[in-house]
Amino acid sequence: MTVTSAASALKYTAQDGAAEAIHVENLHKRFGELHVLKGVSLSARDGEVIAIIGGSGSGKSTLLRCINCLENPTSGIIRVNGEEIKLKADSHGHTVPADRKQIERIRSKLGMVFQNFNLWSHMTLIENVIEVPVHVLGVKRDVAIAEAEKLLARVGLAEKRDVYPAYLSGGQQQRAAIARALAINPRVMLFDEPTSALDPELVGEVLKVIGDLAREGRTMVLVTHEMKFAREVATHVVYLYNGLVEEEGPPEQIFGAPKSERLKQFIRNIG
Amino acid sequence: MPLLPDLSQACLPPTQPSAVRASNPGATLIDAFLSASAAGIIELLSPNAPGWGGTLLVGLLHSIEIALGATCLGLLIGTCGAYGKLYGGPVVRDLLVVYTTIVRAVPELVLILLLYYAGTDLINQALTAMGYQRVDISGLAAGIAVLGFVQGAYSTEVIRGAILAIPQGQIEAARAYGMSPGLLLRRITLPAMLPFAIPGLANLWLIATKDTALLAVVGFYELALATRQAAGVTKAYFTFFFAAGVLYLLLSLFSNLLIGRVEAWSRRGMPSLKEAR
Repeated sequence: MTVTSAASALKYTAQDGAAEAIHVENLHKRFGELHVLKGVSLSARDGEVIAIIGGSGSGKSTLLRCINCLENPTSGIIRVNGEEIKLKADSHGHTVPADRKQIERIRSKLGMVFQNFNLWSHMTLIENVIEVPVHVLGVKRDVAIAEAEKLLARVGLAEKRDVYPAYLSGGQQQRAAIARALAINPRVMLFDEPTSALDPELVGEVLKVIGDLAREGRTMVLVTHEMKFAREVATHVVYLYNGLVEEEGPPEQIFGAPKSERLKQFIRNIG
Repeated sequence: MPLLPDLSQACLPPTQPSAVRASNPGATLIDAFLSASAAGIIELLSPNAPGWGGTLLVGLLHSIEIALGATCLGLLIGTCGAYGKLYGGPVVRDLLVVYTTIVRAVPELVLILLLYYAGTDLINQALTAMGYQRVDISGLAAGIAVLGFVQGAYSTEVIRGAILAIPQGQIEAARAYGMSPGLLLRRITLPAMLPFAIPGLANLWLIATKDTALLAVVGFYELALATRQAAGVTKAYFTFFFAAGVLYLLLSLFSNLLIGRVEAWSRRGMPSLKEAR
C-alpha cells in the first residue's frame, strides 16, 4: 500500500489502531503471459469494510482469490491475522503454498462467499452450514446444528433448513451461502461479486444481509459492481485499473470527488 | 439333441385324456411333452440330491462373490486411478494411461488367461526366489484380483468423467473453507460425483456378474461351469442352460432394483428431469 493510502486508511477508519486482519503487499499474479495483478497492496483492519471496485478484467476477483490462495500469487506478501502465508516455487516454477496445514488453517478463518453461491448440492441447507464447523473445525454436531439454525433464521431461511439448494432461488442460495460463511465465525468475510449472478429483484435481499453484517462491525473485503451499496457500507474503497490500484480512499472521496480521470469515467459509465 | 428323450417320453398314453387326444393330435403332443417334461425339469432342477439345482445355486453364489469382490476392487482402483489421472503428476498420469489403454485394448478372456496363469506363476517364482514355499492361490482370490484389475480400468474412466461433471465451484468452496484433500474427497467429491457415475458403474456391475462366466476357462467353479457340469451329466442341456439364463436375468433384475434405489438417493439434491421438461 502506498504511503498516502496507508495514511488515508488510518484517517478514515473508525477503529484506529485496530489489529490488521488482512495485509497484502506488492502482489503480482500472472496467468502465463497475462499479467493480471501488477503489484497491488491492500490492508483491512478489524471492523473495516473494504470495497474493491473496477472494470471487467481489472483483477479485482483475482486479488480477492489470492487472499485465501484459491489463486496462488506469483509474488508478494499476504498476511492474514498477522501470519504470513508461506509460499514456495514448485517444480514448474509456479508459486504454491509451502505448508498445506497452514493454508488450511488460514482458510478456515476466512468466510468466502462466491458469485455462483457454490453450495454443496448433495447437502441440505443445514448440512451445508454445519459441514465446515463439524468436519474442519471439530465442533460437536448438536452444537453446530443449534448455531446453524440461528444463522439460517438470521438470513431468513429458518423454514428451509431441510431443503436442497437446487430447490431455492438464487437469492435464497446466496443468503444460505452467507450463513455457511458465518458458521465458521470468520475473522474476515470475503465476498466475490455476491450479487452478480442474481436476478435484479433478488439483489436487494442479499445486499440487506451483507449490509447488516457490515453495520455490526464484521471485517469484510467485498468485490462488487453495486456502487450505491459500496458507498453505503464500505469504510474504504479501492479502485483497481488494469492490475494496479488507481485510486483509493473513503467512499465519499471516491464517489464524491474522484481525482483520477479513469475513475471519473468508470463512475459515470456505471452510475 | 437334448429334446429327444423328453419327446419319446411324452408319447406315452397315460398322461393325457383320450378324448382330447382324438380331437387334436398335434396339441396333445405338445401338451404331453410339456406336462411330462415339467415334472422331469422340476426333478432335474430340484436343489436336493438327485436334482442339480443346488449345484447351480452354489455356482451362482460363487459368481456373485466374485462379481462383488471384483467390483469393490475395481471401484477402489477406479477412484485412485481417476484421482491420479486428474490431479497426479506426469509420471502417475502416464502410468495410468498405459494401464487403462492396455486393459481396455486386450480381450478380457486373454487377460484372464494371462493374469491367472502368468500371475500366479510370477508370484510363486518370486516366492521361491526369496526362499519361501510355493503357495496355492485360491480360485476366488485370483478371480477377484483378475476381474477387479480389468474392472478398475473401466471404472477409472467412468469415475474420471463423473468427477469432471461436478460443478467445480463446489470443490473450490470446499478448498476455500480449509478442507484437506482427504476430507474433500470423502465429503464433497465422492458424493457429488456419484449421480454422474452410477449409470456407468451400474453397467460395469452387470458386466462383472456375467464376466464371471469367463473364469470357467481357468476352472473356477461358478454358474457357467456348474451349468455345464450339470448339463453334461444329465444330457438336459436346454434345461440347465435355460435355468442358468434365468438366474443371470434374476440377478440383473434384482441389481437394477437396488441400483435404482441407490441412484435415487444419490440424486437427492437434484430436481427430477421431468420437472425441468
